[in-house]
Amino acid sequence: MALSSDPGVTHVLPANTNHLELDRLIMNPEVKVIVCCGSGGVGKTTTAAAMALRAAEAGRKVCVMTIDPAKRLAQSMGLTELDNTPRAVQGIGNLNGGSLDAMMLDMKRTFDEIVVAHAEPERAQAILENPFYQALSSSFAGTQEYMAMEKLGQLRTEAEQTGVWDLIIVDTPPSRSALDFLDAPKRLGSFLDGRMMRLLAAPAKGGGRIAGKIVGAGLGFATGALNKIVGAQVLTDLQTFMASFDTLFGGFRHRAEQTYAQLQAPDTRFIVVAAPEPDALREAAYFVERLGDEDMPLAGLVLNRVTVVPLADLTAEAAIAAADRLAESTEDDHEHQLTEDLLRLHADNINTARRQSQVAKRFHAAHPLVAIGIVPTQSEDIHDLAGLRLVGNLLATEI
Amino acid sequence: MVTDSVARQRWQRTRFHIVSGKGGTGKTTAAAALALALASGGKRTLLIEVEGRQGIAQLFDTPPLPYEERKIAIAPGGGEVFALAIDTEAALLEYLEQFYNLKRAGSALRKSGVIDFATTIAPGIRDVLLTGKSIESVNRMSAGRYAYDAVVMDAPPTGRIARFLNATVEVRNIAKVGPIKKHADSVLNVIQSNKTMIHLVTLLEEMPVQETIDGIAELKENQLPFGSVIINMVRDSRLVGSADPGALINMTPTAHKAKVKEIQSGLAAAGLATKFSTAATAGSLLEESVGYAERLELEQNERARLESTGTELIELPYLANGIDLGGLYELATLFKEQVGF
Repeated sequence: MALSSDPGVTHVLPANTNHLELDRLIMNPEVKVIVCCGSGGVGKTTTAAAMALRAAEAGRKVCVMTIDPAKRLAQSMGLTELDNTPRAVQGIGNLNGGSLDAMMLDMKRTFDEIVVAHAEPERAQAILENPFYQALSSSFAGTQEYMAMEKLGQLRTEAEQTGVWDLIIVDTPPSRSALDFLDAPKRLGSFLDGRMMRLLAAPAKGGGRIAGKIVGAGLGFATGALNKIVGAQVLTDLQTFMASFDTLFGGFRHRAEQTYAQLQAPDTRFIVVAAPEPDALREAAYFVERLGDEDMPLAGLVLNRVTVVPLADLTAEAAIAAADRLAESTEDDHEHQLTEDLLRLHADNINTARRQSQVAKRFHAAHPLVAIGIVPTQSEDIHDLAGLRLVGNLLATEI
Repeated sequence: MVTDSVARQRWQRTRFHIVSGKGGTGKTTAAAALALALASGGKRTLLIEVEGRQGIAQLFDTPPLPYEERKIAIAPGGGEVFALAIDTEAALLEYLEQFYNLKRAGSALRKSGVIDFATTIAPGIRDVLLTGKSIESVNRMSAGRYAYDAVVMDAPPTGRIARFLNATVEVRNIAKVGPIKKHADSVLNVIQSNKTMIHLVTLLEEMPVQETIDGIAELKENQLPFGSVIINMVRDSRLVGSADPGALINMTPTAHKAKVKEIQSGLAAAGLATKFSTAATAGSLLEESVGYAERLELEQNERARLESTGTELIELPYLANGIDLGGLYELATLFKEQVGF
């Protein structure tokens, strides 16, 4: 359906916009990982799931990792448990040799698994019980982002070793800013590996207590201040935690850097998801610029929930004027009430489409090379495989 | 609409409003409208943001806010709205100065990573500082009266709100004694008092509504004073006088044909150009309305789910021209009308 050739449909983007060639992307055997990013509430999960289904139906062996999907969508994909295990999605027809597995990320469990896999049982137990570990693994802003990357790494290794998947598609955590996904792991890594942490960790290793005179007056003063802020017993817990953690990971920063570097692998592509609103597109623009700086390949921008209106040559102004004439002429009998209502509705839609188009064009003007795919707004929430298939179709269609 | 007199009294008594909601529902807009509404008629309110994203500045179209209270708008009918973007680091230094006279040590602390530690990782401390600073402004007196008649916080999203406000529990788990624990306790005393209300902003869509319902339960579980649900971006039905949305969905071919005919004659009566008075145009308009009717039905279902929770619902309309200062005033007026303050 080439809507762009229909003069009656609103044009969201200028004619020279590169269209996101979704099928070329998901069928490219050299592309093994696709990461969907974007600010919260723009439809990242749906986009990731729709691309995964389309790729699987085209013959690829796909694993899709979702984060916090809507309940009904999760159920339709058989994701009833938050258990980190990819499972085959049931109810898909002919897959041409492809397959689709889906999982939901459980960040705490992912963290626990890393601890258990890398430490002696006794030490692992001590870490899991430490209050700092518990807080870090369940509530530190950035843990979810870091764990999403960790899990991606694990899935990638599994795919390489067993060949069970040849394409991994990941959704990213619902942060306020798309950049958080890239920044949080580094922040967590450098923080855990920072000077302060090393300092705090050191005495517990040696069995002693913090000695201001060894580390110099400035740091002694600092730990003193910390003592005042949080209380002394906190430091003991923290030292125990850091000591176990440090030996466990041999430098958290190093690990975070490696995880991050995976995102620069040549078989990885990014999709930025946005809604046609100023805030979401501003976030998308930041993210696009950042990917450029980091040499991370951007496949394109997905614009979700775009209002596409037929009959665009009936302008909002003309429709309102006509509705007003009807209202005046049929004041008493409301003979043409339905027509009047529909004309006003049409004017609303045209105005919405016009405003969305303005913000989309502004993005295009600043980033003319970024390929854009459009998903027209649906009257229903996407909650089943048919809905995902529809979104995949729409996204692959040039509008 | 707030009709219950007990609820009205509660609104009048409340001095600290915490506004949360799922990302993308417009909680900053709702918080700003509430701050404007509460300031109207010569009052003074403070609008606080805690997530460091300068959403208030963007909304009011001003340069980024510094860590200081400054006037950002005049309320309808007189009154002033001040705004403050709390910077965690600055709030910690302020706290240290207040309690330990440590402020001048700021740069040494920053270098050694203590600030990083206390504001990013030490669980809950950051949250206690942010709410602590807000509560200081709630309680602040000036010339024998409260400095602000009300304080509105644009808080973290629903998924994190209970944890954010309950940070003191976490702090208590980690710091069983010590000054920060005392501070946390006093913060929680205000949050759990009858002078505080926590509002959740939602849209009439499946996920935000589900998150809101879960959020209400979580707040109640944690003995946090839930206030009302604010339904944002509500669209008036365009089909008021003409059709029941249900009648437009799943039309029989005969019904569809009759509607097309009706619309076509309406288009002719409206004096539109002949090229628009066709059956094709009528069919296209009807098609537009079917998608619309489906969405209306979905919204009605979501509204029913919210109503079934038995909580107070406040509705703010969708503004077709986007949110600017004029739009905020419009929302503030509607807020005021529905709450009755």
